[in-house]
Formats: sequence, C-alpha cells, structure tokens
Amino acid sequence: MALVEGTGISKRYGGIVALDDVSVAIDRGEAVGLVGPNGAGKTTLFDCLNGVRHLDAGEICFEGRRIDRLAVYERARLGIGRTFQRLELFAGMSPREHLMVAERVHRADGRLWKDLIGRGRARAPVARVEDLLVELGLDEVADDPIESLSHGHGRLVELGRALVQDPLLLLLDEPSSGLDTREAVGFAAVLLEVRARRQTAMLLVEHDLDFVQRVVERTYVLDFGKMIASGRVDEVLADPVVRRAYLGEVT
Amino acid sequence: MTQFLSYAIPGLPYGCVFALMAVGLVLTYQTSGVFNLAYGAQAYASALIFYVCVNAGWPSWAGFLAAVVVAAPLLGLAMDRFLYRFIRSAPVLVKLVSALGMLIAIPSALQLIFGSQERLAPPSLWLPPDSVYFHVAGDAINGTELSTVIVTLAVVLLASLMSHFTQIGLRMRAMAESPRMVQLAGINSERVGVAIWVLSSFLAGLAGVLLAPLFAELQALNFTDLLVAAIAAAALGSLTSLPLAFWGGIGLGVVQELLGGYLPSGSVLSSGLRPALPFAVLIVLLLALPGLRERWFHDDPLSACDPPPPPMAAAIGGHGLEELLRGGGWAVLAVFFVSCLTWVPGNWTFTLTQGLAYSIIFLSIVLLTGMSGQISLCQAAFAGIGAFTCAQLVSHFGISVFVGIVAGGAVAAVVGVVVAMPALRLGGLALALATLAFGLLADNVGFQFPWSGNGDSGVNIPRPQLGSLNFTSGKAFFVLAFVLLIACAAVVLAIRQGTTGRELAAMRGSELAAASIGTNLAKLKITVFAVAAALAGVGGALYGSLQGTVSPNDFNSFLSLVFMVVVVTTGVYTVQGAIQAGMAYVILYQVLDYLPSEWRNLFPILFGLGAVTYALHPEGVVEWQKRRVVEIVVGWRKHPEAVG
Ligand SMILES: Nc1ncnc2c1ncn2[C@@H]1O[C@H](COP(=O)(O)OP(=O)(O)OP(=O)(O)O)[C@@H](O)[C@H]1O
Ligand SMILES: [Mg+2]
Repeated sequence: MALVEGTGISKRYGGIVALDDVSVAIDRGEAVGLVGPNGAGKTTLFDCLNGVRHLDAGEICFEGRRIDRLAVYERARLGIGRTFQRLELFAGMSPREHLMVAERVHRADGRLWKDLIGRGRARAPVARVEDLLVELGLDEVADDPIESLSHGHGRLVELGRALVQDPLLLLLDEPSSGLDTREAVGFAAVLLEVRARRQTAMLLVEHDLDFVQRVVERTYVLDFGKMIASGRVDEVLADPVVRRAYLGEVT
Repeated sequence: MTQFLSYAIPGLPYGCVFALMAVGLVLTYQTSGVFNLAYGAQAYASALIFYVCVNAGWPSWAGFLAAVVVAAPLLGLAMDRFLYRFIRSAPVLVKLVSALGMLIAIPSALQLIFGSQERLAPPSLWLPPDSVYFHVAGDAINGTELSTVIVTLAVVLLASLMSHFTQIGLRMRAMAESPRMVQLAGINSERVGVAIWVLSSFLAGLAGVLLAPLFAELQALNFTDLLVAAIAAAALGSLTSLPLAFWGGIGLGVVQELLGGYLPSGSVLSSGLRPALPFAVLIVLLLALPGLRERWFHDDPLSACDPPPPPMAAAIGGHGLEELLRGGGWAVLAVFFVSCLTWVPGNWTFTLTQGLAYSIIFLSIVLLTGMSGQISLCQAAFAGIGAFTCAQLVSHFGISVFVGIVAGGAVAAVVGVVVAMPALRLGGLALALATLAFGLLADNVGFQFPWSGNGDSGVNIPRPQLGSLNFTSGKAFFVLAFVLLIACAAVVLAIRQGTTGRELAAMRGSELAAASIGTNLAKLKITVFAVAAALAGVGGALYGSLQGTVSPNDFNSFLSLVFMVVVVTTGVYTVQGAIQAGMAYVILYQVLDYLPSEWRNLFPILFGLGAVTYALHPEGVVEWQKRRVVEIVVGWRKHPEAVG
C-alpha cells in the first residue's frame, strides 16, 4: 500500500482549472519528483495534499486513511511535513527557536495551564534539535536572528523545522530557488543525507533538473493542471510530449 | 407603499453621504493599497472649516471653496505625500496604525487651531435647512435634504462624465481597475495616483459638509460612525467596485431609516439598532463574502510579512547589560511603589492607580497584537464588559467586589471567544474592521440597556472590602491595583515563555507555516482572544471600582482606537511596554490638565503622531530610546575616545 495516494484531485480558482483529475501515489521512503512549467499547478497540488486548500473533487489517503477533510495541523501531526516556495519563516526567531517550536508542537504537551504554572518553559537544550542543527550545518548560525541569514540558510531552517517532527512524507516546494549553484549543490547533498538516515518519503518540486536527478528515483510531470507523464527522470525527459510541454520544444 | 416611501425617503441624504465616502475609500484603497481609516477625519476637517468660515460671515460658496475645494485636497495630498506614500508595501499593522494615528490626531489638531467649543446647528451647504420645498409621500423635504441629494447626483454625474471623456479620467479609471496594468502601460502612475487622492479627498470633504447639518451638533465622533458606514458600503462592492459601493451606500442609508420607521419607536432596539446597522452589516459582509475574505487575507495589495522587531535594548549589550536593565526595571518599579505609598500627593496616587488599571487593559493588546499578530480594535469594549458585569453582579447579588472583578474577566473571556470566531476566518485588515464594528455595536447597543452599562447615567461599582481589610482609601486601592497588575503581567509573561507563547510567535510570523508544523490555529486564536478579553475585563472592572461610577462613555469604541495607538507607540512587543503605555497615558493626561484647556488636545495629537513612528520603530518609542541610550553606553565603553 502506498504511503500517500491521491486520486482524481481537481482544484479550480474561479475560472482557472489549476488541477484536473490528477493522481499521485508515493510509497514509504520513496523520493519522487514533480516537475512542470510555471503555473502548472505544482504548488496547488502541495496545498491540496497538506490541507491549505480543499479539493473540488477527488480523494487523498495517507497510510490507508482518508485525510482530505482534515485540517492542516491534523495532517501535519499524522506525518506530512512541508517547506514553502516563498520562504515562510517566523520573524524574530532564531533557527534554534524555529526548531524548538516545531519540536514542542510535535510533543503536543503545550497546554495553557502548564505555561501558567511555569511547566511549559524551555528547559535544557533538546538533543534532537541540537543534532539536527549540526546535521543541517546550522549550528554556527543557530542563535542569529532569522532576518540576518541568507536565503540558503532560510531554506535549511524550513527543512529542519519540518524534519524535527519526524515526518513520514516531506513536501519540498522548489528548495533550490533563490539559491546560488554552490548552495543548491549543498542542499541536494543535505537532502541525500537526510534520506539515507531516515528514509523519509519525499515529493520534490524543482525546476533545476540536475537537482531533481540527483535526489529522486522517479518523477511526475504536470502541465496545465494535468499529469502528462511519470517515470524515471531520464526516460520522462526523453518523452516528446514532455519535451514539448516542459521545454517548449516544437518538433 | 406611502408609508414605506415616507420612511425610505429621509434615508436618501444619509445614503448619499455614505455613497460619496464609500466611493472615495474604494478609489484610494484600489490604487494605493492603503486603507485610509483617517477618511472620517478628513470629512470632519472640511465640515469644521466650513462651519468656521460660515460663522465668520463668509458666504457659503466661499466657505465651500475654502473647505472642500482647497482644504480637503490639500489635507489628503499632505497625508499621501508625507505618510501613506512611504508605507504602501508595509505590513497591515503598520498601515492601519498610521492611519489610526491620523484619525485620532487630525480632529484634535483642528480643535487646537479653531477652538474646541460646542458647534451647534451646522450650516447647510446650499439651500436653507428650515424651508420646506415640497412633500413626497407625506415627507416634508427640507433644504438640507434636497441639496444633499442634488449635489451628490451632480458630483457623481460630473465624475462619471469625466472618467469617460477626459484623459486623466480614463487613466484614473484604469488605475482603479488595475494599478499594475497602468504601470505596465507606461503611464505616469504617480501623477494619476495624486489625482486620485485629490478626487477622493474632495469627496470626503464634500461628504463631511453635507453630513454636518443632518446632526444637531458638529462632533468628530459622528464622522467615525460615518466612516464605518462607508466601509460597510465599500465592502458591499468587495472594496473593488465603485458602482456597487455607491449603490451600497445609498441602500444602507435608506434601510437604516426604514428600520427606524418600522421598529417600535422608543425602544432601545430602534434607538440602538438604527445607528448600529452599518456595523452589523459590515460584520455580516466580512464573514459572508468569500471573495472579500480571500482578498483581504491573501492579496492585501503588495503585502509583506511582519517587520522583524529590531533587537530589544537588552539584547544588544550582552548578558551583563541585560541583567542590569532588568534589575533597573525592578528598581524603578520598587521606587514607584514606595513613592506612591509615601510622598506622592493623593490626586497623583489616584492618577497612577488609573494608570495601573489601564496597564492591565493594555496587557491585552500586547498579548493579542504584539505577541500574536491579531489586530483587535475592540479592547475597550471588553474592558466595559468587565466593568458592567462586575457592577451588575455586585449591585444585584451583593457579591464581593473581588468576585465581581474576577467574574467581569470571565464574562469578557466568554465574549472574547465569540469575537474570536471571525478571527478564525479573517486576518489583518478584515479582522481589524470586524472588531471595530463589534466595538461600535457594543458601545451603541450593548451598553445602553439598564442591565448592562445603563446608558449615559452609568453604573456604580463600590471599592472592594476583604474581611476587615478595606480598600476605600486611595493608598490601599493603589496596593490592590499594583498587586493585580503584577499578577496579570505574570500571566502574560508565563504565556510568553511557555509553549503557547512560542506558538503564538510562530503564528504571528506565518500562519501558514505554523499550521504546517501542527499548530491548531483555531484553538490558539480562541485561547489568546479569551485570555486577552479576560485581562481587559479585569482591568476595566478595576478601573470602574476605582472611579466609583462608570458609563459606556468610559469604554467607547473610539477609546479602543486610542488604546491601540498608545500601546503601539510606546511598545507593543513587551510586558513593560504595556505598563509604560498605561503610565504614559495617565501621566500625560494629568500633566496637560495643568495647562489651559485648549492644550488638552495635544494629548491625542502626540499619540496620533507617535503612531506614525511605528512604521519606523515597531519596537515602540520607549524601547527605541532605551536602545539608543544602551548603544551610546556600550559604544562609549568599547571606544571611550569616540564619544565626546
Ligand atoms: N490564490 C490563487 N487564486 C487564483 N489563482 C491561483 C491562485 N494560486 C494559483 N493560481 C493559479 O493556479 C495555477 C497554478 O498555480 P500554482 O502556483 O499551483 O503553479 P506552480 O506549478 O506552483 O507554478 P510555479 O512554478 O510558478 O510555482 C496558475 O495558473 C496560477 O495562476
Ligand atoms: Mg509553485
């Protein structure tokens, strides 16, 4: 059984059909790409999978359970983590604090009364958070304000924030956009290491095809809201339909 | 039918004024992205200038030229050039607070210039108010009503002709429909933008002058209500459509009078619901129109994320300095406490005790806005709920005032949960407007009943008593307020340092990301609204017990705006900020009391202008000054030769 399985997903914004009868299935521990031209509906598919937007049609199952009616936070607690195309960071917090919040929410013991009697305070550094900071190479900047960090660090913080929660599925929305080549290569290496260590399943949206090829086993191709191909990256890229849609080639 | 018409027709003049304002609001919001809450103040400015001119013996056409054709556009242009222009892409809170500052400062500035005496029987713009021209369905149509309708129709006709047949008109229309397209088309959008500000300010001025004679007295508060009516009308057009906004305004005016006609006269319902209609409509529209919600929630034109508050004073100087500052804070508090009990004269102790009560109310703003990023413009209403609950329970059931204060907080918390419901669906500007409308509803309807705030006569709250301990003396009550404030501050600090506080900070940073890591935003928002409302309720009840008698006027909706501006100006991100704000608020007021009464207007002006500094110094003026001092000290320690 696939870890996550979306069937017949459709989503419209007013008159625009952003997703039209799209189906995806990802197994446990599998890394899958999702490529397609601008406006193809990739971010919309992410939004539907993690609950930011409701489906117009179709269904989504996670570990065999229907989740398409659940709220974002409920899906997050089931094990769907996510990063954002446009960085969504918490202003005024350091990278360590980003991870700490995620860790505490994950532990889900945040009750108001505990805070009021002083039981909810941050105590000793949390080992998981510290390990992750080192693993992602964020330990040097762990206490800097997030605003002073580079875009590349911002992407890593988002990744770390999702990883603290031990997600079963990680949705990565264009992690290399805004990064320079060196940072992008570094990020791909971090992703590979993350996968090697914890077998997290991933769905990776990416325009940088080298990046995709380095990280994933197979990929989906989305164009104008329709799934037009899926398979191994090199095979898919050789497909004339994909070449026409994605690379704008006229044959 | 005749009866229907006879009720509907008196609504037309109001409708016209609402419509003019609604159109002006939509124009500037569409083109500049700033929701100009100071628009009501602009209308008031023209009405006041017109009044002053006519009273000085000018003919009314000259007054019209001065007030509407010259002064109104100048004021609007000044605001755009010196303020709004710089904050177009700023976060919602910055835009909102700047506009609020203007809304508060402008009327006071005008009263400082022209005097703040009562201004009765505002003059009519054109036709004399007491002559009746003809009858429609039994209604005598007087000069004010007739001229309002005729002038509005003429102006709208002229404006639409202009927008169809002149070049600048066409460009303005294009810009109102899509500012980006106009830029792309290579049109000088700056110039068109200026033209739109001029037109919109002219409309505000005209509406102000037309509205004034419909009331017996010229009062700034009437224009705040007018503003909300205009916002409701603009919301009917989803804040985008000019014709819908116009007809929405007309419709609102008419329905308002119809309600007045058909509801049983003399009841609180008819006297309260009629003026409250626009606020109720606004709340319903905000909640019901999905287009509006999405628009305000997602694509606030050119929105950015919250500005990162610059490092706090303590954070710069390293650890030792942090301790020093914290120690300093405690020392100041201790000196303050001892002083109030010893040498401070009685009237000042009273003032400072008021400051303590306000500080508790302001803590709710720190919690909601500073820590959670939720903009609520109805905290005074929660304070009122606390005070009136306490008063009613104490007088009807004879319970202890202490229990009454706690119960006041509890009831306010329950109402807070209700108000949090819109917050689950709305954000930013929409939430601010919904809470503003709620505050106005509470103020105009909720607090007017004998069982709540008892209208203008108000209610009594005695000073508390605990066994043989009696808090009737000023000093004893001061101690009580002090202890209560410390307790409330401790609650906020505990929340801030705990898991909830971290989640709140995450929510403030990015709701999207906070949800994606598993934060239950709905629960969090309800919690924070309830706790904040409880704090405001406790503060309000305490304030009431200090005063002895409180009426709805002590917690009116305009005060909510003042509170927001005061706290944001002094420092909205810290608990100290709330206390500094509470103290600054009462001390400044008391000091101005020693000056001639005209100078009292300086108070709103100072805070109004202070609000504008928020754009530059979101951490608040006090924190900003502290930081400067710390920087100088640190700089001096490191490089003693560099300074002086
Ligand atoms: N909030 C929205 N309202 C209306 N239309 C939208 C909205 N968000 C996206 N769209 C439209 O839906 C389509 C799919 O958008 P989406 O952001 O999912 O594409 P994408 O594949 O992520 O593109 P990109 O590579 O540029 O990120 C586009 O045509 C876009 O214009
Ligand atoms: Mg995208």
